[in-house]
Amino acid sequence: MSALTAQLPGLQVVIPLLGAVVAAFIRRGTIAWGWATLITAMTPIVAFALLIQVWTGGPISYHMGGWPPPIGIEYRVDLLNAFVLVLVSLVSAIMMPYARRSVAHEIDGDKQAWFYCMYLLCLTGLLGITITGDAFNAFVFMEISSLSSYVLIAMGRDRRALVAAYQYLIIGTIGATFYVVGVGLLYLVTGSLNFADIALRLGEASAVYPRPVLAGLAFLFVGISLKLALFPLHVWLPNAYAYAPSFATAFLAATATKVAIYLLLRVIFSIYGVALDLKTLPVSAVLYPLSIAAMFIASILAVYETNLKRMLAYSSVAQIGYITLGIALMNQAGLTGGIVHLFNHALIKGALFLALGAILYRAGTIKLEQLGGVGRTMPLTCAAFVVAGMSLMGVPGTAGFISKYYLIVGALNAGMWPIAFLIVASSLIALVYIGRAVEVAYFRPVSSAVAHAKDPPLLMLVPLLVLAFASVYFGIDTELSAGVAGRVAETLLSGLKVGGAN
Amino acid sequence: MESFKGLFDHYNYVVTIVLMIAGLYIVIARGNMIKKLVGLMLFQTSVYLLYIAPGKVIGGTPPVLDAKFTVYSNPLPHVLILTAIVVGVATIALGLALVTRIHEAYGTIEEDEIFARDEQE
Repeated sequence: MSALTAQLPGLQVVIPLLGAVVAAFIRRGTIAWGWATLITAMTPIVAFALLIQVWTGGPISYHMGGWPPPIGIEYRVDLLNAFVLVLVSLVSAIMMPYARRSVAHEIDGDKQAWFYCMYLLCLTGLLGITITGDAFNAFVFMEISSLSSYVLIAMGRDRRALVAAYQYLIIGTIGATFYVVGVGLLYLVTGSLNFADIALRLGEASAVYPRPVLAGLAFLFVGISLKLALFPLHVWLPNAYAYAPSFATAFLAATATKVAIYLLLRVIFSIYGVALDLKTLPVSAVLYPLSIAAMFIASILAVYETNLKRMLAYSSVAQIGYITLGIALMNQAGLTGGIVHLFNHALIKGALFLALGAILYRAGTIKLEQLGGVGRTMPLTCAAFVVAGMSLMGVPGTAGFISKYYLIVGALNAGMWPIAFLIVASSLIALVYIGRAVEVAYFRPVSSAVAHAKDPPLLMLVPLLVLAFASVYFGIDTELSAGVAGRVAETLLSGLKVGGAN
Repeated sequence: MESFKGLFDHYNYVVTIVLMIAGLYIVIARGNMIKKLVGLMLFQTSVYLLYIAPGKVIGGTPPVLDAKFTVYSNPLPHVLILTAIVVGVATIALGLALVTRIHEAYGTIEEDEIFARDEQE
């Protein structure tokens, strides 16, 4: 047993990777789905085992192939990435049962097995970025997850899915290339690719070569921001989410951007923050205006959107603004709020997109004007939508409230009460666009499209209800979300270099 | 004069930057989807140069252990870029496959015409 425990970090990535290879040989969609579900179900077990190990015993260093770092590739699991691993693998495992009907409905029979193969590869890439302690290895995993997600998006039924996938490919590749340029500059000045080792050498290197170090930060920042859809680098996201198959949208919305945010946290706090004084770097100065612009502009765009998937996609851009705002605050409460919102938003958006997928499955449309009265014909689906929507707004008692509470406390602690006010004000815009959908669903006469719709089959309904329930449950029991996030924030902040010795 | 000397001393970086900007410009300025991919390739290739050029140690031999030589070039950037080239090939292949499908679905690969056709719907 202990031999197996020692290999857990490797297994976290190897299980879905081998799963994807096997899935490539399966022809029947249903069998591929069963296989992918089995593989996905194993990943949260590994992730939880890692989290418990890290929680009690401190960071784990796993040497890939027996080569010690910094020569070999190190998989380094600390509290931050164990938390993100749990989030990504758990949400994927909850969603998997949903996939079968939804994918069978939206994708041609001979392509379904490939869809699951690509999904498993994407999961491999996301878990890989999260677990690795090597900057270049993270790039390779980033491209594994990106290339497979382009394919997932292109499998949408609408021909616009192809154009959306192409645009995402162009922007995603530019983002990944910017990231490699940043890593390259860091490698040139420090001679290392290991995150921890770079952090160790960066302070000294920065004294000799201040410009490449700063340029490296800029490249890394822009590259990762393209991946996490930081406003105004979000243009690829609405179309990609709107035209991808429902399951792919829910999966990517809940996991892909979150992993990119994790990488941003890693670069800012575990590399630059350790080596240099963050207060002297223009990180917060850039993040504040962009986050606030995202919270307002993207939310307002969501209000004017009639395609519900696009509406939620714009809402995602706005919610990412809250997370990056938490990063910009750089104090205990603010950072906790950012990290806990990363967790909560994954659950909330997962539930909302699954609900839309269920509506598309039964009613055949997600255009707002055609969905009058859908709340009466699909009661459970719409109830889940409303619950998750309330959590999105941050109604007290829901998970979204916890995130916003920490963010507001963080803003007040930083002495920036206007930002606290802006957080509340932008939440009211969420009330408008969610409220508009609720109004159509419950207070309009039943339209012809939804007249014969009913709640989806159990396999689709249960994951949706579980996620909707979780988006309320984590508003009451906050130990796994805010508890861990608080300790993560504490560890990140305590590692920072304070004062201007350099 | 000093800055001119700096430019010539680091001409590999100058070439890298020119390639990088040219590639990025093509991606942004062209509406033809194939041309965009060509620009993307150029952009990625510039990064290969960024990594590989500093790996060469002047007067160094290939990194093979031999008692007669003590100065070796750094092999690590080559290995990294080998990986990056594979990634780049996969990206371009997928991009071209998508453009083929787009051409089947729309009958054109000009971005503005595609947007115009989507508008009409």
